[in-house]
Amino acid sequence: MESLSNRKKVLEVKPLNIWERAYLPAIFKGLAITMKHFFKKPVTIKYPEQKREFSENFRGMHSLKRDEDGRERCTACGLCALSCPAEAITMTAAERQKGEENLYREEKYAAVYEINMLRCIFCGLCEEACPKEAIYLDGDIVPADYLRKDFIYGKDKLVEAPLNQ
Amino acid sequence: MELTDIIVKFILIVIVFAISLVVAMYSTYAERKIAAFFQDRVGPNRAGPFGMLQPLADGAKMFLKEEIIPTRASGLLFIVGPSLAILTACIGSAVIPWGQKLTIGSTIIDLQVTDINVGILYIFGVVSLGVYGIMIGGWASNNKYSLLGAIRAASQNISYEISMGLSIIALLLVTGSLSLREIAEQQHSFWQGGLPWEGGWFTWNFFKQPLGFMIFIVCAFAETNRTPFDLPECETELVGGYHTEYSSMKLGFYLFAEYINMFVSSAVMATLYFGGYNFPFMDSLGLSANWIAIIGVIVLFAKIFAFIFFFMWIRWTIPRFRYDQLMNLGWKTLIPLAIANIVITGIVVTLLN
Repeated sequence: MESLSNRKKVLEVKPLNIWERAYLPAIFKGLAITMKHFFKKPVTIKYPEQKREFSENFRGMHSLKRDEDGRERCTACGLCALSCPAEAITMTAAERQKGEENLYREEKYAAVYEINMLRCIFCGLCEEACPKEAIYLDGDIVPADYLRKDFIYGKDKLVEAPLNQ
Repeated sequence: MELTDIIVKFILIVIVFAISLVVAMYSTYAERKIAAFFQDRVGPNRAGPFGMLQPLADGAKMFLKEEIIPTRASGLLFIVGPSLAILTACIGSAVIPWGQKLTIGSTIIDLQVTDINVGILYIFGVVSLGVYGIMIGGWASNNKYSLLGAIRAASQNISYEISMGLSIIALLLVTGSLSLREIAEQQHSFWQGGLPWEGGWFTWNFFKQPLGFMIFIVCAFAETNRTPFDLPECETELVGGYHTEYSSMKLGFYLFAEYINMFVSSAVMATLYFGGYNFPFMDSLGLSANWIAIIGVIVLFAKIFAFIFFFMWIRWTIPRFRYDQLMNLGWKTLIPLAIANIVITGIVVTLLN
């Protein structure tokens, strides 16, 4: 068939000469290559003892942050849930009662805050959407589990540990 | 035969048997570790320091796994297959001379289980029996993939046995003996008879038979079913190969037999072509005969381990042959080469005499 692009190249397959057909030079070349690897440093990371450093912009598990006084920053505005393309975030807002000022920073807080880790695509849009700098994806890899229901992370798993602990 | 002789032989047999098993065991460890190094990995490092106990863990796993015999397999042959494979692998080491004679008091200990004068023929006989283990195993599995693997093994071994035998004939023309002990003794030291211009010569057969050695080592790879000639087993087209239906220790026997075969064929290559227990300057060290003998044993094992390493080195270098390539190489290249080698050796030997 006529070539459309005029860039067709006729492939020449030359028969191997006697030296190439003996295979041995090629085999010795190959042996030299593998031998070079024998003396290279292993690139494997010995996992349980050693962990690979995550890159600077790695997005891992979410954490709900506290402010400098140890109060939860989240005001349950719902922007994170709104921005979430996978619709993984749900929350129920509640009003702060008297005497709870040391727990929550604003008058409104999230009584229930749940992220479905099976749905989450770790895009980081919740992080960007949050006006209160309350949510960050700065955690580790989400661990494996056996049941689907265990992948719905509530506040017990998401909120940062209190400051004075 | 006196009682002491029998006891000494018995101890020697047990030691040789134990050594072949331990070497085969740690070959599996070495295989994995060396493979890891060739691929810039770490390799087994969990069980014990540097993973040294890994073979024990593997062995325990092999023994404890469920034993499955397929319903339609022929029961007796299914068990005979792996047994035959490991049996033939183990008895091959009987004629290999492991060292010079030790003299303790008045008893002379021959570091060889038996010095029969047809040692090479014995080795060949045993090696060619080994294929029965694979063939019977593949047949008894009642699985067409296993059978295909077994047939490939059989035809491969037959094809390469021919050129292996022919390469040995050229060696026999040079040595004039079939006894492995005598061949090893002929390669005493490394260099004989003064400097090159004074008529000195290399004693090791490798320097007299380089082509023969090349043919022999290629055939040894094929006979032990090692890469690039490991066609009897093949995951892609044969599911697994001749051992597809095997589980637990019966599979273990097959795998173990391969490593013992590798050890024995390394020992044979070291003895036939690389001087066996002889090493350079062995006469000018000024040590007693017993010490020379002991160092000789160590030297032989160093050579054997070098060969085993070479087997593994090749495994991670060359991809598996295609079946027609294998047959082409065996019949159209190695056999003519081996015959040419015989003719050339014959002419040279005749002219020198």
